[in-house]
Amino acid sequence: MPDWLIIRTFWELTVTGLALGSIYALVALGYTLVYGVLRLINFAHSEIFMVGTFGALLASSQFLSIPLLEDGNYPYRTGMTLIIFLVFIMLIAMLFSGIGAVVLERVAYRPLRGNGDAFGAIVLAFLTAFIVSLVFVDQAKINVIIALLATAPISYAYMRFFKQGRKAPRLAFLISAIGASTAISEAVGVWSKHGRDQYQTPRLLEKKTLFTMFGTDVRIDYAIVIVGALLMMTALTLFVNKTRLGRGVRAVAQDAETSRILGVNVDLIIIVTFALGGVMAGGAAMLFTLVYDQTRFNIGFILGVKSFTAAVLGGIGNLKGALLGGLLLGLVENYGSAIFGGQWKDVIAFVVLLVVLMFRPTGLLGESLGKARV
Amino acid sequence: MLLEVNDLHVFYGRIEAIKGISFTVGEGEIVTLIGANGAGKTTTMRTISGVRTVAQGSIKFEGQDITKMAPHDRVKLGICQAPEGRGIFPGMTVRENLDMGTYVRGGNAAEKAADLEHVFHLFPRLQERITQLGGTLSGGEQQMLAIGRALMSRPRLLLLDEPSMGLAPMLIAQIFEIIKQINSEGISVLLVEQNATQALRTARRGYVLETGHVVKEGSGQLLLDDPAVRAAYLGG
Repeated sequence: MPDWLIIRTFWELTVTGLALGSIYALVALGYTLVYGVLRLINFAHSEIFMVGTFGALLASSQFLSIPLLEDGNYPYRTGMTLIIFLVFIMLIAMLFSGIGAVVLERVAYRPLRGNGDAFGAIVLAFLTAFIVSLVFVDQAKINVIIALLATAPISYAYMRFFKQGRKAPRLAFLISAIGASTAISEAVGVWSKHGRDQYQTPRLLEKKTLFTMFGTDVRIDYAIVIVGALLMMTALTLFVNKTRLGRGVRAVAQDAETSRILGVNVDLIIIVTFALGGVMAGGAAMLFTLVYDQTRFNIGFILGVKSFTAAVLGGIGNLKGALLGGLLLGLVENYGSAIFGGQWKDVIAFVVLLVVLMFRPTGLLGESLGKARV
Repeated sequence: MLLEVNDLHVFYGRIEAIKGISFTVGEGEIVTLIGANGAGKTTTMRTISGVRTVAQGSIKFEGQDITKMAPHDRVKLGICQAPEGRGIFPGMTVRENLDMGTYVRGGNAAEKAADLEHVFHLFPRLQERITQLGGTLSGGEQQMLAIGRALMSRPRLLLLDEPSMGLAPMLIAQIFEIIKQINSEGISVLLVEQNATQALRTARRGYVLETGHVVKEGSGQLLLDDPAVRAAYLGG
């Protein structure tokens, strides 16, 4: 029997792969939900995840005032305190990501949907004027003044332009998504305390072995990630299938026009959809910091691309597909890097995607949120 | 008047699809809009439901101006539509599709059960199919489901857009029978049809639409007997 790393450490790779895959899956849900409802790839979703990791950082280091080290040791907590702290940090991370996602929709996407939206037109006008003024003047204060002065006439022009309920072309949404993604991560990279450097998050949890399975030690943080992700996905499934708003989400995903005729407030449903995706990403972000104890302004980028891959792998628009795609991707990456070496990790993920799409162009589970009974 | 449409203008992109039409639906009436493809019938219906923006003119429901009202508020007032092409949610069961009719109204479980009972009384087929996915129903069943779903909202005015489209003659007759039955329970109906003969026989009054204008109006019988209408829409 060859002494490959994968055979010696198969179960260990499985556990860590499932944990990583759970995080992919949670983030993938955000891509899939928004795609299902708007047929839009929300490329800025990766930054919603990043915002969540900073929410977790803020919650633990600022709100709970937990230092990185206490007398040279990790600030471990135990028992009830630990549970309450973890739940609190997760809620704050979810809040950050949830609000982030809703604001993103409001600023970057809703104006393009062309509802004659005054707020959107004003924000868009301000940004246009600000960016154009950057070309001519290199002083932030003056830029802001110019932008403020120009906001009124430009927003008036936008309002006129969008008045007939005209929707921007599909490409505009994509560009808006990419722009918002860069803007959010750069803003954190420029304006946050340590700028572009890495941030350590306080390590509250002593990462000891919880139990041993198939001769492999299962660390407590991995167990929390997997169980936490499963709980969140169950909650999401219940919400989508059992609540009124959840039914609205499914209805809009399947037929937006008919939903409106039946009285579903589509704008509200879109907000709910972004919020759901954001909350899932926030939960994923907290779980991520639990395992890796760190974050950075661009932490979302690769993870976002991978999660998007996971969503496509499982069949974008399909909630179960996001789960399956995420877990598969996490496992394949882990096994693959054990066989070929860690440097091949990202290559393996995308080769798998290509091969799957060759044989199943709509992903493993195929149908969209629309057709599937989620 | 229950519904009063006055000098309505609606654009579809840059094209003016509705060029100033006026019509009314009285309490308890069945009124039909007939006309060829592209005459603006469906646009009119969608505008009444509030999913198309009015460029000019007004829509009143029971005297209240609803021209700019959001679609869900119109459903609340009692305007509900079975749209063109039925608009069944393919991934929802028959039961879930029907529940979408109560999305705005809410209502308690007992009320919903009673409404469901009523819909199943009109369309026994739906009860047999209750756990089946909407996308797997036949065309006729989907039409029944679309009408049933609209009824679940307890409408005062039921908008039916081409309910006979793509159905076998026997089913068409059945659907029109049911429309009369619904109307006899006090629900007013605005009916858009290409099947002009059936529509005019069922309706009390009718309007003929041509490229965004109302070119003729009158009682159903009057339009049935009109030689120009016969030549254009009733096949001689």
